[in-house]
Amino acid sequence: MSLAEAQQRSDGKAESVLLTMEHLTMRFGGLVAIDDVSFIANDREITGIIGPNGAGKTTLFNCITGFYKPTVGRIILEHADGSQFLLERMDGFRIGQRARVARTFQNIRLFAGMSVLENLMVAQHNKLMRASGYTVLGLLGYPGYRTAEARAKELAIAWLRRVQLMDDADKPAGSLPYGAQRRLEIARAMCTDPVLLCLDEPAAGLNPRESAELNRLLLDIRDEFGIGILLIEHDMSVVMQISDHIVVLDYGRKISDGTPAEVRADPAVIRAYLGEEEKE
Amino acid sequence: MSIAHARAGAATRTSPYLVALKEAGLTAFIVFMLSILMVGFQTQALQGQPLSYVTRFDAVIWSIVIVPFGRFLLALDRQGISKPALVIGLVGFFYLFGSVVLAWMTGSLGETTDNSGAIVTYVIGGPPLPYVDPIIDAIFGLGSLFVAAIAWSTLRRARRGTLTLEAREAQEHQRMNWARRASLILGPILVAVAVALPFTPWADRALVETLTLILTYVMLGWGLNIVVGLAGLLDLGYVAFYAVGAYSFAKFSVDLGLGFWQCLPLAGLMAASFGVLLGFPVLRLRGDYLAIVTLGFGEMIRIVLENWQSFTNGPNGIGGISRITFFGLPFERTPPEGTESFHQFFGIEFSTLQRIVFLYYVILSLALVTNFVTIRLRKLPIGRAWEALREDETACRALGINPTNTKLTAFAMGAMFAGFAGSFFAVRQGFISPESFKFLESAIILSIVVLGGMGSQVGVALAAILLVGLPEVLRELALYRMLFFGGAMVMIMLWRPRGLLAHREPTILLDQSGWFWRRKAKQ
Repeated sequence: MSLAEAQQRSDGKAESVLLTMEHLTMRFGGLVAIDDVSFIANDREITGIIGPNGAGKTTLFNCITGFYKPTVGRIILEHADGSQFLLERMDGFRIGQRARVARTFQNIRLFAGMSVLENLMVAQHNKLMRASGYTVLGLLGYPGYRTAEARAKELAIAWLRRVQLMDDADKPAGSLPYGAQRRLEIARAMCTDPVLLCLDEPAAGLNPRESAELNRLLLDIRDEFGIGILLIEHDMSVVMQISDHIVVLDYGRKISDGTPAEVRADPAVIRAYLGEEEKE
Repeated sequence: MSIAHARAGAATRTSPYLVALKEAGLTAFIVFMLSILMVGFQTQALQGQPLSYVTRFDAVIWSIVIVPFGRFLLALDRQGISKPALVIGLVGFFYLFGSVVLAWMTGSLGETTDNSGAIVTYVIGGPPLPYVDPIIDAIFGLGSLFVAAIAWSTLRRARRGTLTLEAREAQEHQRMNWARRASLILGPILVAVAVALPFTPWADRALVETLTLILTYVMLGWGLNIVVGLAGLLDLGYVAFYAVGAYSFAKFSVDLGLGFWQCLPLAGLMAASFGVLLGFPVLRLRGDYLAIVTLGFGEMIRIVLENWQSFTNGPNGIGGISRITFFGLPFERTPPEGTESFHQFFGIEFSTLQRIVFLYYVILSLALVTNFVTIRLRKLPIGRAWEALREDETACRALGINPTNTKLTAFAMGAMFAGFAGSFFAVRQGFISPESFKFLESAIILSIVVLGGMGSQVGVALAAILLVGLPEVLRELALYRMLFFGGAMVMIMLWRPRGLLAHREPTILLDQSGWFWRRKAKQ
């Protein structure tokens, strides 16, 4: 889907349920990483997932994106056209391919030796694979593939502009500074044309200025593309400012769920972050 | 005084020369223990006499002097004093190694007479060499070169250490650009030379056959490059697909009586199927584990070929594979009744060279097809997915790329080209046996890919010329061939640890114009 199409889609439509998590439990042997977590994430909303270290946030992400198979529970993703996907039953790569869930990683995982532009081209693999007739037509120089590739490059360039990486397009991705790598990873995830974007600590290691830029980028993505964003973040200035809805985890359990203001006032959250008040 | 020197000095507070001397002393002892029996005594079996021995204590003494001296230089180098090692190493190399080369040139190699060192003395008029016998001279010569190479790399590293980050990056960029431009220029030149060569006056039978052999390895290298260089799957059993191709070809040709151009795609298809067959069980493996399993697979194929007597004729192999024809015209002086032969059809004089030259062109075109397809594939989504898989499989999966299919196509593609090469091998030899598909072949092909620079097409071609051509050229050196060969390989890897032409060209550029003279990425 091109940028223009995405913009069309975002025009006037109410939020609808995008992701429904039902009784999700993930056990590693005796360790319960996620314990009976249920929540709903809406389309066109940024859902923040916060919690102290080891609360199970990244595990939750890994369940959604198919890296782990949850022990118990259902994860339902619903597209705008009404089609439903049970993510816990899908192969890891199919979640990206069919259910159109994209993610970034806590420790950046770019294709370091490939150029910035190539990183964005790889993200459009499935589309281009079809266009190249699963390599056969592409190998024979089928013109349809060439136009598809040119269009894919246009999309990549549009994203490079947006994340201010135009000047570095031909450099190896691994040679970029840290902040630029974070932005590139988001651009790469967006190039897969997702309906749900899962960001695992995108602001980690960014300075305040970069962090503010990131906020703006995420809000733009939400508004312009009308997709849902799941956001794990430690930096409260990011989460509280841009989230429409926050889920708080602690020791694998959901302890709070609501708007930023509600969550901030919730005694359970304060307890989890600041510790229990001592009783007499 | 360099940093390394300062650190060593601060830690031990002893003079670097003393440290080096101590190491040299220890080395002398080890050399003595090792060489006194192995070098010092040589058994001799003379006609009609009981087994006797001769002593070669002079060789032992020379070892005890020279080897610890090299160690002394290396110890100094390690502590930051590199120049003596560089200078003495180079002098030692030219001096000692020169004697072997001169002995080879004057044809007196191997004549271990009393004062053979006089060859060099005679030519350059220098003092007599510490000459014992050519093999020890060669070892010392290579040793000296090794010392010099290490000292040189230390010096270079030290100099790079003083550079700023930008300067270092610029240097790296320059080096990449050099490799890039060298590939761009060398590639077409190599192709042009390869096409024209059989028509030059030097093209005798031996040369064309050597080149055919080299081209077979170039093709195998390019095929393996897809698996190892692009997809990053370390395959140590690549020769298995070569064998499958050769045997399929032989079976189709001998049992079904099909011709070369019919057997070729079938053999490629068979090899590709075996590629997928191997691919499935190793999908989850990476790196060393993958290497071990593929190694096992390679051996399995060979052992099956050796033992499946009824199908493969075991170690005796399959013979009588019909010779290649020029699209139906045989290369024979007197063709069977009712058929026409190549020279009759074109009305030229018969020559045995015609068949050999034709084979040469067949493998040249097969290799070029391999190259062309690989270059095309790299720029297609599948090629980008291979490279992405090499960089990060987890990220690939998150982007919706099917890792199973991607890996299997890499294996299948690589195997298919090996199958083509195997077919060619079968038709050229007319006879195949499991002997030709040992692990050593896999190792050579992998060395070609690594030495050439992973992923670099021109680099692979150069490496194949070096690794396959050099031993052929050095055949006259007989016994010392492998010594030279190994030494040359060590040197190259010291000099260019990432391969001869290591550079990676992006498969797509922001601005496609001016791609040749692009000096620097825009700032």
